Amino acid sequence: MADAAPALSTFVRPRWLTAPVVIGGFIAAFWIIVALTVQWWPIDDPILSVGMRLAPPDGAHWIGTDRLGRDVLARTLHGAQYSLPIALAVIASAVAIGATLGAVGGFLGGAADAVVMRLVDITLSFPAILLAMAVTASMGPSLRNATIAMIIVWWPNYARLMRAQVLAVKEREHVEAAVAAGAGGARVLVKHILPLCWSPVLINATMDFGQVVLLAASLSFIGLGASPPTPEWGQMISEGARNFYQWWIAFGPGMAILSVALGFNFLGDGLRDILDPRTQ
Amino acid sequence: MADAPLLEVRSLEVTIPTAGRALPAIRGIDLTVAPGETLGLVGESGCGKSITMLAVMGLLAPHVRVIGSVRFRGQELVGRPQKDLAKLRGARIGMIFQDPMTALNPVLTIGAQIAETIRIHDASVTADGALKRAIELLERVAIPFPERRARQYPHELSGGMRQRAMIAMAMANGPDLLIADEPTTALDVTVQAQIIELLQRLRDESRMGLVLISHDLGIVAGTADRIAIMYAGRIVERGDVEAVFYQPRHPYTQGLLASLPKIDARAQRLTAIEGAPPSLARRPIGCPFHPRCSQRIERCRQEEPALRAIGPIDVACHVADAVSA
Repeated sequence: MADAAPALSTFVRPRWLTAPVVIGGFIAAFWIIVALTVQWWPIDDPILSVGMRLAPPDGAHWIGTDRLGRDVLARTLHGAQYSLPIALAVIASAVAIGATLGAVGGFLGGAADAVVMRLVDITLSFPAILLAMAVTASMGPSLRNATIAMIIVWWPNYARLMRAQVLAVKEREHVEAAVAAGAGGARVLVKHILPLCWSPVLINATMDFGQVVLLAASLSFIGLGASPPTPEWGQMISEGARNFYQWWIAFGPGMAILSVALGFNFLGDGLRDILDPRTQ
Repeated sequence: MADAPLLEVRSLEVTIPTAGRALPAIRGIDLTVAPGETLGLVGESGCGKSITMLAVMGLLAPHVRVIGSVRFRGQELVGRPQKDLAKLRGARIGMIFQDPMTALNPVLTIGAQIAETIRIHDASVTADGALKRAIELLERVAIPFPERRARQYPHELSGGMRQRAMIAMAMANGPDLLIADEPTTALDVTVQAQIIELLQRLRDESRMGLVLISHDLGIVAGTADRIAIMYAGRIVERGDVEAVFYQPRHPYTQGLLASLPKIDARAQRLTAIEGAPPSLARRPIGCPFHPRCSQRIERCRQEEPALRAIGPIDVACHVADAVSA
C-alpha cells in the first residue's frame, strides 16, 4: 500500500483545467448565483433613494450613489436579474432556431439549403447592432422587444455553424452504414448526424453569452431596451454618461458587463478544450 | 448453380455527371449470386467494385445515373423509390463496410446500434427485446462477454471486435444477401482470417449469398466459389474460382496473380503490373488495359474486347486464346 500513497497525494490536473477556465467558472457561477438570489440579499433597494445624491464611494455605499441617491452596487447586482435571463433567452432561442434550420438545410441540401443560407446571408449583411436597433425601434422600445430583436440578429450564426457541421458529419462512413441498415432520413439526421454536431454550437453559445449581454446593454443604452427606473446595466451606463464626472455610476454596470463577457469567454475556451481534443 | 439466382445484375451502368461531362464509372456489368454462394469481386482501387455494390443497394447519390437491371429475389431494384429500398437494406440485404473504426456511430453503444437496426425493420419489437436479440447476435459473431460489450461504445473495442459488431449489425435481421466491402482490409492479418472464417460460417448457417469485395486475391481464393475480376469499370474475367486461379486467361488477372508473394517459389522479387489503372476521365481507346499489357496487339488499341467464354471462364481479351496459362 505504500506505493499507492504518492499516487493519491498527486492530483493530476486535467489539461483543460487552466487558470482562465477556473477564473471564468468562478465569475460565471458568481453572476448566476447573484441573478438567482439577489432579491434576498441584505442590500439596499435598487429603486428607492437610500442616501445622498451622487455620493462618491464610501463605507455605506461602496461604489457610491447615482443622481437619485440609489446605491450603485445594489443596482448593479440587481441588474444581473435582467441581463442574464435575457442573454439566456436569446442564446437558447437563437440556437433552437438557427441549429434546426442549419441542420435541415445542410442535410437536405438543394432548395431548402439555398433558402436558409440566403436568409442567413441577408441577416448577416447588416451590422448586428443596426439590425437590432431597427427591429426594436419598429416594435417599440422594451426589454421584451429588444430580446426578440436580438434573437433575429443572432440565429444565423448558429445556422451557419450547424450547417457546416452537418455537411461534414454527413459524409462519414457510419452515416452511410446507417442508411445501409435501412434507416430513413429523419432517423439518420437525428440519431447519427446531430449528436456529433453539438460541440462547436455549445462552445460558441457559451462564448456568445457575453456578447449578447453587451448587445442587450447597448440597446438599453440608446434607449431601446429597459426604461428607467429598471436597474438594467445598459440603462445605468446611460445614466452614468449623463453624470460624466461621477465616474462610479457607470463603473458598477461597466465592470459587471466586462466580467460577464470575460467569464463566459474563458469558460467557452475551456469547453472547447474539453469537447474538441484536436485543438490540444 | 442449380439454385435460382438471389441477385442478378444485368448490363449495369453507372454514370457520374460532373461539371464538364458524364464519367462512366461502371460500363455494363453482369453478375449473379445464388443462395449459399460466395462471389468474389476483385480489382485494384478505383476499378468500380464498391460502386457496383452501392448501386445494387441504391446507396449512390441521387444525381448519379444508374441504368440496367438489378434483380433481388426476382424484384427489380433499379428505379425503385428510396423508401422501398430502405425496407430491403439492413433487412434482406446486409452490408459490411471496410473500416469498422469509422462505420460505427461513435456516440451510440454497440448494443443500441444493433438494436436500432432490428427496430427499424420491425416496429413490434420492444426496446428490451431488441437489446436481447442484439446480445444474442453478438454471441453469434463470437464476441466474448456479449452483455458487457453491448453496453460499450465503439472506441472501447478493438478493430476485430468492431468488425464483428458490424457483422452482427448486418446480420441483425437475417439477410438473404450479405455484401462485404473489403471487410478485412483495415484489420491485422491474424484477425483477417478469423473474420473470413466467421463470414463463411454465417453464410453456411443461414444459406446467405455473400459478395466479398476485395483487392486481396488470397482472401478471395480461399473463400469464394466464383470470382469476377474488374478493371476500369468492367468485368474482364469471370468464372469458378479454381479455374480462374489455375488458368487465368486475362493478362490483368495473370499480372495480379504474379504480383502475389508465393511461399513455395524461389522468386526473389515480386512482379508488379507496370503503371496504374486509368482515371475515369481519361480511359484509353480500345482495351482499357492495353497501355499496361505486355501482350497487346494492334487490335487492342482500337477495339474494346467483349466478354466471351473460353473454356470454363469468361474473358474480355483479344489475345486470351493465345495467352499461355
